[in-house]
Amino acid sequence: MATLLIADHDNTLINDATRKALSAAQQMGGSVQVLVAGHEAQRAAEAASRLDGVEKILLADAVFYGHGLAEPVADLIVALAPSFDAIVAPSTAFGKNILPRVAALLDVMQVSDVIRVLAPDTFERPIYAGNALQTVQVIDAKKVLTIRTASFDAAADGSAAPIELLSDRGDTGISTFVEETVVKSTRPELSSAKTIVSGGRALGSPEHFTQFIEPVADALGAAMGASRAAVDAGYAPNDWQVGQTGKVVAPDLYVAVGISGAIQHLAGMKDSKVIVAINKDPDAPIFQIADYGLVGDLFEIMPELQKALNASAS
Amino acid sequence: MKILVPVKRVVDFNVKVRVKPDGSGVDLANVKMSMNPFDEIAVEAALRLKEAGKAEEVIVVSIGPAQASEIVRTGLAMGADRGILVKTETTVEPLAVAKILKGVAEREAVNLVILGKQAIDDDCNQTGQMLAALLGWPQGTFASKLEVAGENLEVQREIDGGLQKLMLKLPAIVTTDLRLNEPRYASLPNIMKAKKKPLEEIAADTLGVDVLPRLKVITTTEPAGRVAGQKVASVTELVSKLKTEAGVL
Repeated sequence: MATLLIADHDNTLINDATRKALSAAQQMGGSVQVLVAGHEAQRAAEAASRLDGVEKILLADAVFYGHGLAEPVADLIVALAPSFDAIVAPSTAFGKNILPRVAALLDVMQVSDVIRVLAPDTFERPIYAGNALQTVQVIDAKKVLTIRTASFDAAADGSAAPIELLSDRGDTGISTFVEETVVKSTRPELSSAKTIVSGGRALGSPEHFTQFIEPVADALGAAMGASRAAVDAGYAPNDWQVGQTGKVVAPDLYVAVGISGAIQHLAGMKDSKVIVAINKDPDAPIFQIADYGLVGDLFEIMPELQKALNASAS
Repeated sequence: MKILVPVKRVVDFNVKVRVKPDGSGVDLANVKMSMNPFDEIAVEAALRLKEAGKAEEVIVVSIGPAQASEIVRTGLAMGADRGILVKTETTVEPLAVAKILKGVAEREAVNLVILGKQAIDDDCNQTGQMLAALLGWPQGTFASKLEVAGENLEVQREIDGGLQKLMLKLPAIVTTDLRLNEPRYASLPNIMKAKKKPLEEIAADTLGVDVLPRLKVITTTEPAGRVAGQKVASVTELVSKLKTEAGVL
């Protein structure tokens, strides 16, 4: 069993999602090599080489690999595929974009969002927004998998593996990168944060997110999230969306503020260790899955909570 | 330009599905079915391109049993010009769907296929990318903005941490994310008019593609439920319980 793990990175760092996908890849048994496709990505390759238990890093460096464009990256992976039994990527925007393209080029049916590895060819994955779990066995000889990162622990660093420089496979010329607006934040990344404070439509405005969610998130050292309703209303950026079609998270502590708890939202956070719900509606569905529920006006509770947290920290 | 919009008939997003006790799947008897919400956004995006004079024709296509024609009619009622139902009684996986859609896209000589980014039943998020691969076309997935610029398509995508803009050479594939648009409702007169619009039926096997499943579903189970915890009376009680009882502070 030889597995190729596709690294999600920013040309400098390997993200946590990749570490979690590595844990899943290692559960399948056999060796794992990591592909770092990027531009001036030597540092990312070096970071990948320190991942615990990886056999080798394959570095492909070219301008057109710099922004994770699906077309050239998929061609590169397909060229490497004959040496591997499985191709694995984290279920991030990057992985979800590229891997099905690879699977189709290899004439393989992909297994999306693996949450459990039961055997090297048998996996569990959620369907219907996590309201059902399906166990599937792959009939294709080659496995192509994306890994739901909230379900696996992040692999730690170990001894350094060798880095092999690959020649690029050329650009396809059918897609070009124009620009990217990525917000750099000092907060923990939403999908790997230990604590998350999320706001819903009840917040009412982007200013209220800043005024009522952010201070509590600061006090907890937490990432900030949002319900789809809040994102659609423009109160929070789209990559904050937690839910079936947004990010799926499983922090130690999830604080849902003014979120009623539609099944699509619950699908994105119900595996959190401890859930706190703050809502003025005592019948809100979120209370049915919350460990601790506080009924009341969030605009009064949140400042009070911030004070209490700061007091208990000092 | 001709635009193809594949639409899927799925369990309505408001329905909470039940897993069959014998593990054989999800109970779909007497459950409300609707067009996949992301596909509604795809239909809307195609109609807006047509209304802006960028496209001449919008074709909706669905793959499934006879009942899937209702979903095609929904697309026609929204404003699509004509519909196709590729009829099959068996379950088709995303790879097989992509192969069928390739056949339809080539037959209809379309320049753009707009699909929902994922279906809310199997949650696979694969078909658009697979179709792009099989056709050898570029892909703009998770799109939140779309503009035709001559022979190119400018797509703004939702990515982790923000937004990315790509320029794709037409013909191309786009998959829709939630923020692309707000789909229109079909008005009653348009629903009536849609009944007269052409809807062609094709048998899936006439397209000559291998649709045999590649994944063997062993069992379908209910996830471990979460039970409601306790209500706390005050912020002080909450913080103290998070500290001592839950141990997360």
